[in-house]
Amino acid sequence: MPFSSLSEIQNRLSSGETTAVEVARLYLDRIASFNDELNAFVHIDPAHVLAQAQASDKYRSEHDARPLEGLPIAVKDIFCTQDGPTQCCSNILKDFHAPYDAEVITKLKEAGAVLVGKTNMDEFAMGSSTETSAFGVCRNPWDTERIPGGSSGGSAAAVAAALTPAALGTDTGGSIRQPAAVTGITGLKPTYGRVSRRGIIAFASSLDQAGPMTRTVKDCAMITGAIVGHDPRDATSVADAPAIDWLAACESRDMKGLKIGKPKEYFVDGMDAEVRASVEAALKKCEELGAEIIDISLPNTEHAVAAYYVIAPSEASANLSRYDGVRFGHRCDNPEDLLDMYTRSRDEGFGSEVKRRILTGAFALSSGYYDAYYLKAQQVRTLVQQDFTAAFEQVDVIATPTSPITAFKLGEKTDDPLTMYLSDIFTIAVNLAGLPGLSQPCGFANNLPVGLQWIGPAWREDSVLSAAAAYEAATEWTTRSPAAFGGES
Amino acid sequence: MEIDVRKVAMLSRIRLTDDEAAELGPQLSSILGYVEQLGKVDTDGVPPTAHPHDAAMPLRANVVTNGNRREELQAPAPKTESGLYVVPKVIE
Amino acid sequence: MSWEVVIGLEVHCQINTDTKAFCGCSTEFGAEPNTQTCPVCLGMPGQLPVLNTVAVDKTILTGLAINAHINLESKFDRKNYFYPDLPKGYQISQFAVPLVVGGYIDIPTKDGGEKRLGITRIHMEEDAGKSMHEGLDAVSHIDLNRSGVPLMEIVSEPDMRSADEAIAYLKQLHQLIRFLGVSGADMEKGQFRCDANISVRRPGEPFGTRTEMKNMNSFRFIKQAIEFEVLRQIEIIEDGGEVVQESRLWDSVKCESRSMRSKEEAHDYRYFPEPDLPPLRVSQQEVDAIKAGMPELPGQLRKRFETEYGLSSYDADVLTQTLESAAWYESLVAAHPADPKRCANWMANELLGRLNDAGKDLSESPVSAARLAELLNRIGDNTISGKAAKDVFDAMMESTDSVDAIIEAKGLKQVSDSGAIDAIILEVMAANPAQVEGYRGGKDKLMGFFVGQVMKASRGTANPGMVNQRLLELLKG
Repeated sequence: MPFSSLSEIQNRLSSGETTAVEVARLYLDRIASFNDELNAFVHIDPAHVLAQAQASDKYRSEHDARPLEGLPIAVKDIFCTQDGPTQCCSNILKDFHAPYDAEVITKLKEAGAVLVGKTNMDEFAMGSSTETSAFGVCRNPWDTERIPGGSSGGSAAAVAAALTPAALGTDTGGSIRQPAAVTGITGLKPTYGRVSRRGIIAFASSLDQAGPMTRTVKDCAMITGAIVGHDPRDATSVADAPAIDWLAACESRDMKGLKIGKPKEYFVDGMDAEVRASVEAALKKCEELGAEIIDISLPNTEHAVAAYYVIAPSEASANLSRYDGVRFGHRCDNPEDLLDMYTRSRDEGFGSEVKRRILTGAFALSSGYYDAYYLKAQQVRTLVQQDFTAAFEQVDVIATPTSPITAFKLGEKTDDPLTMYLSDIFTIAVNLAGLPGLSQPCGFANNLPVGLQWIGPAWREDSVLSAAAAYEAATEWTTRSPAAFGGES
Repeated sequence: MEIDVRKVAMLSRIRLTDDEAAELGPQLSSILGYVEQLGKVDTDGVPPTAHPHDAAMPLRANVVTNGNRREELQAPAPKTESGLYVVPKVIE
Repeated sequence: MSWEVVIGLEVHCQINTDTKAFCGCSTEFGAEPNTQTCPVCLGMPGQLPVLNTVAVDKTILTGLAINAHINLESKFDRKNYFYPDLPKGYQISQFAVPLVVGGYIDIPTKDGGEKRLGITRIHMEEDAGKSMHEGLDAVSHIDLNRSGVPLMEIVSEPDMRSADEAIAYLKQLHQLIRFLGVSGADMEKGQFRCDANISVRRPGEPFGTRTEMKNMNSFRFIKQAIEFEVLRQIEIIEDGGEVVQESRLWDSVKCESRSMRSKEEAHDYRYFPEPDLPPLRVSQQEVDAIKAGMPELPGQLRKRFETEYGLSSYDADVLTQTLESAAWYESLVAAHPADPKRCANWMANELLGRLNDAGKDLSESPVSAARLAELLNRIGDNTISGKAAKDVFDAMMESTDSVDAIIEAKGLKQVSDSGAIDAIILEVMAANPAQVEGYRGGKDKLMGFFVGQVMKASRGTANPGMVNQRLLELLKG
């Protein structure tokens, strides 16, 4: 049961084989047993979890079950929740209690989900390894000496070790897909504007998007279907987004007639050879399933990381100005004066990676540098987007490795920020273009999971889900789970 | 690329110890050095992208929807007095 | 050699909406501190702005009224700086592409002509909260009720060449904004705030270094501050010094300005496009609809009053100072159509004069237009004289009795009965035989004496026209 998919649990709940309370107890027990080792959760309130499960069982006895009735879902510590603290794994928000729920939290509650707790993450989602968390590093269930990816590393580790069957993450430059890849689970970043950002603590507003992290493609679709929708209180939430039948999209079992683009810039020297081999093998499998693999080029990909590391820190430098010790969050003791209050509160409250990004952003926007950095990065963003537009005239979906490497060792890249940044090289362009992207397991390299990334045109999550569902059905990677946590590897 | 880390830190209102400044300087230089590859991209006549989609801003009706939630909203504040936020003296 | 003054003005005008620019909080003035705030205008984590549609419409209306171009696509940017009354650490403003560009206002010149003053742009932005320091030791208090209230910033070209021109521009703009109903523009409530960019130069030379003068909250202080700043700059230059580009704060009590430059840094606002707000798009149809609904503007109204009612330009100007006074005048004329000029005289001189003395607004007038018209009708039908009417009017300001009742009670009803007038005249003649003799001997000037005596004897109620006519007759002998 613990490694069951969300839809399997749903079946057992609807058949009366189990109850939401039993399911909740199972995962709470696993959290109690394994979380010390993984540090995947930073906040858990078992009594509150059970209360939600009880309420769900009661609801089910009186009404038709809602789409996520009784299903446990963990959320990254970046989602504001009225219940429990919301700290974004930062000392500057230590013990902060949000007086509101994020829109997606409201939607999950309305869909009947049982919210399990808050998962670990890189501070303010800035990182690729969950090592910048103010609440301690999180570990990869496949090898606890290694990182679970980031920034949604806690959600990824929790799902991979079956401390929860599903979780929400956010993805600004790959923060759902890369941790999903390195922990062997499935994660979807929807099209920008598909999911409301309201109540999600902002990192880089023009790139951030929330999405599910689950065991299977269908589970991703189930959760996505519940959290999407126009939010009139988020001006970037798109009102006329094309609707999708989320579950129907996952029913495809072959790839006949599917044109898959294989961009040469994503299969390059310097990436892990075993990772490359796994992904190439996956594409072979797709061909067997009837797909046509078409070589394409996304020439500006090589500049995507550079553009991203101007745009994201710039937006972040402004988004994080509100943490000033006036209305909420950390204020230093006995400030001498106003300036001291600002500079010391923010020095004490922010970790070094967050400071690095704020400073990078402030520099890129500062007088005399704006055109060379910010404006230029925005223009390159246009070129990156145009590359995709051109490619999608030829192909239905694009397949790439999610990450050029498998999970690296804790501490391995912490001294060299730039190397850390380059581990996001295959996921960042998707955020710049606002496209949907999905990572699913496609094998192992060095005994560690490898992720296959699907990229679709804007609003075509259905294309991505169909391709991923067909591949999933034809392979057995999703049945693998880390033995140390009771799974089958 | 030389960066005046202290100036940028002051703009960002972050205190830096000497050690931090000494560490951050080269790190920022390395990051921005990498970013400088953007300069090689030909972007003549390319419009900048600020938003991923070409969408217009939705507007909000001019209707009061919020009441007084002062007590609840000030609960997370480090220091308040009689409903006002308290900060060290602001000198204009 | 003389100096030329160069002034450009930036006016921050609160748009009178029910709710704030980006959230559903009330904008009502004077509420208990921080009771009109929400997670959005407090800048709480994850909260997002959504723009108020009425704020957009009113900015467009203002743009049309100054003959400007409306950008059908405009953009919002973040202006970054730290201040305790700025919750997000940035202000949402329009920097690169404002909603309104390139308009003008014409002000009258001394020679009776007009001078055109350019308006560079009008952009929308949000207000900050209020910091309070008075009576506090070592701390400041922050009230964020005003945080997020919509503003339009109206930026002029550096076209003004004297403090008087600056004031004329501001008064005209202030009047226009009130006419349009886009702002209360109450300077005491901070709804119409002005910063002035001031420099001096020798005529024909390039612009000198400018300073920005802030914190001038009345027309009088703005004039003073500009005049003082001009003298200060001239003095610096004539002493061989250089003007420093800086912001200066006007102290209206000490009548001096001081530099606002803090030691820490020069400002670097790091503007960049607001990622939470896609571009603002309005259609030409929407703009046209706003244009179609535009009220009559002060200049148009003034001209119409001159031609339609035959008013002097002075009276037309006085009566069109506000939309309320123009409307008041027009309802007065509607109720007393016989003599629009009489209406203008009575309203401008008698009514507005008395209200002004009492420190009252037209909206607080105890006499309605309809009641004043009743009085004017009594002058028109010769029931009372114009002079007596002023007594009646005094009484009307104090009581709600009807006009006729007051006339009756005061015995001011004009006597137009020739028999009664003849009797008074004969009485006066009998009492002044020497003057009668003199008049009949050719001293025509004595006529005035007799008129005065008769009016006095009738306590002002005799119809002056008839008195003249009967006197001529009876004095002939």
